[in-house]
Amino acid sequence: MFDDKKMREIEECRKRWEDGPLAKTINRFPEMKEEFKTLSGTPVDRTYTPEHIADMDYARDLGFPGEFPFTRGAQPTMYRGRLWTMRQYAGFGSAEESNQRYKYLLEQGQTGLSVAFDLPTQIGYDSDEPISAGEVGKVGVAIDSVRDVATLFDDIPLDKVSTSMTINAPAAILLAMYIAVGEQGGHGPGALSGTIQNDILKEYVARGTYIFPPEPSMRLITDIFAYCSEKMPSFNTISISGYHMREAGCTAAQEVGFTLANAIAYVDAAVQAGLEVDAFAPRLSFFFAAQSDLLEEVAKFRAARRLWARIMRERYGASDKSARLRFHTQTAGCTLTAQQPDNNIVRVTLQALAAVLGGTQSLHTNSRDEALALPTEDSVRIALRTQQIIAHESGVAETVDPLAGSFYVERMTDQVEEAAREYIRAVDERGGAPAAIEDGYIQRQIQESAYDHQKAVESNERVVVGVNRHRTEEKPDWEILRVDPAIEQRQREKLEKLRATRDNARVETTLEDLSKASAGEDNLMPVILEAVRAEATLGEITGAMRSVFGEYTAPIVL
Amino acid sequence: MSEGRIRVLIAKPGLDGHDRGAKVLARAMRDAGFEVIYSGLRQTPEQIVSAAVQEDVDVIGLSILSGAHNHLFPRILELLEEADAEDILVIAGGVIPEEDIAGLEDLGVSRVFTPGTSTSDAIDFIRERIGA
Repeated sequence: MFDDKKMREIEECRKRWEDGPLAKTINRFPEMKEEFKTLSGTPVDRTYTPEHIADMDYARDLGFPGEFPFTRGAQPTMYRGRLWTMRQYAGFGSAEESNQRYKYLLEQGQTGLSVAFDLPTQIGYDSDEPISAGEVGKVGVAIDSVRDVATLFDDIPLDKVSTSMTINAPAAILLAMYIAVGEQGGHGPGALSGTIQNDILKEYVARGTYIFPPEPSMRLITDIFAYCSEKMPSFNTISISGYHMREAGCTAAQEVGFTLANAIAYVDAAVQAGLEVDAFAPRLSFFFAAQSDLLEEVAKFRAARRLWARIMRERYGASDKSARLRFHTQTAGCTLTAQQPDNNIVRVTLQALAAVLGGTQSLHTNSRDEALALPTEDSVRIALRTQQIIAHESGVAETVDPLAGSFYVERMTDQVEEAAREYIRAVDERGGAPAAIEDGYIQRQIQESAYDHQKAVESNERVVVGVNRHRTEEKPDWEILRVDPAIEQRQREKLEKLRATRDNARVETTLEDLSKASAGEDNLMPVILEAVRAEATLGEITGAMRSVFGEYTAPIVL
Repeated sequence: MSEGRIRVLIAKPGLDGHDRGAKVLARAMRDAGFEVIYSGLRQTPEQIVSAAVQEDVDVIGLSILSGAHNHLFPRILELLEEADAEDILVIAGGVIPEEDIAGLEDLGVSRVFTPGTSTSDAIDFIRERIGA
């Protein structure tokens, strides 16, 4: 970036400053700590200069927005062309209640939907199965059949609103239900846009809603890639997620490294299944956390884009379109404190700012009360307003990648990329992500970081306002949202009615077809779609596959 | 009980997959000299109680963030009673609303720790109660 003569000048300048004003100041007023570190533990220098980025080559390492290696953004005009999608993850209770919440959010100016499913749905059980007791409608909406999905999107134009669904092991089933509901409204699969999370590897590592073992799970994923590349050109077939690993405690570089290692496993699986990389890779999408260290996070997002672009070119000779990393961001739930909940609004604001400065394509901002329970409507509105204020008042959306060229941010971008590459190398050495998960390597790395963080908080080395410093004694009488316990009974009644009014012979046939197809090699999407159209339940469809695929047992890694 | 090391079962009841807190606490307890068994995810009340009895633990630590505590905890306490194992100290942590805590404590949960609790608080509480 600078010629040798200029660099020497800078070095001289720095030395003069260090020996003069700096030494004098430190002598009189020592710094507060011996060592300054980012949230992820990377040492931070006092100040950053061109010397820190002396090796940077602008065209090679940064380039222009929307161009390889996409460091500066996924798209040439970024928020000047279109703001990020404001997409609040929501869903609770029944499809009726969640539908109301979606309409409320759309009325408030939200621009996309994001569906949270309850745990039985995520793990492939119907609401009336014994294992579902107590969990129905709790952490998301309860879905048992295509009828519930139709209710969930009642009066919402699926050809205009994009929908993200946080669904993994049974992603193919929920996607099929979404397609079927689209058809009922007169929209073919090609008219639908949105995302399914469909990222099983991080479920094994950090999120826990797995059903099948890795091999059939990877097959389901590549079947979805193949199906969508043909029929659903505007649908993101996967959202490869670092979010949950970060929430489980890993560092920024581990988040990037392990996420991209998982992504490599998906690309490898699809290529092995015979797909052309450029046929499916442009629809891969990513999902990261926005943690509290503002500048480290901005660097992380930029590093993730650059590293993925380089990996796709180096490993697969992929096109620039395939190499372009697009991502959703959610602010870090684990930073929310139950103490002084209003402080969380400020945390979320800073985290959301990091996501925007880092060039996110869509964003969920957490609500202040989520360390206590599901968020109330008031809290969700404030969270959405936070995004709107950043978008319209802060000025950061007016130019693309505004922190580019900051010596610190550029240096940190390099460091995150480098460290993430090391993690990917370590995963490669273990035979790739599925093998590294099976032997517990990735889980152990995350747990170590989580434990280190906890110790740092308990020793007061890391300050958490309201928790280990600036505490207040009063306990606020906080109004929380409660899920109506009658929901379980209502879902049970709906299932009874469904089973009494559908064509059960047709259900039987489609489920048998699915079992057979599961044992074979054909793409499962069309077969699942038939079962969904016949109004087979989520539990029945999953059950047909369970009987063939078996269930995953997680190794206990402690 | 006080002659040996304190034995703890950290358990994840229900379908909840959030285990950061459970694992961090398990690590901290090990470092504090406890013997810790971690159940893994998706444990039914029956599995938890049977593991606790078999492993002869002094303490069960239940971790839950899914909101199903009011359904799962009473069942666990009931099964402990049936197994004549009410002497096992039961503590809990996770996302549990303040207003649910009194009810759970009435049922026999000795202490519910909410987000932001330090691991040493939980460890001290156990030491105080078990007295090792």
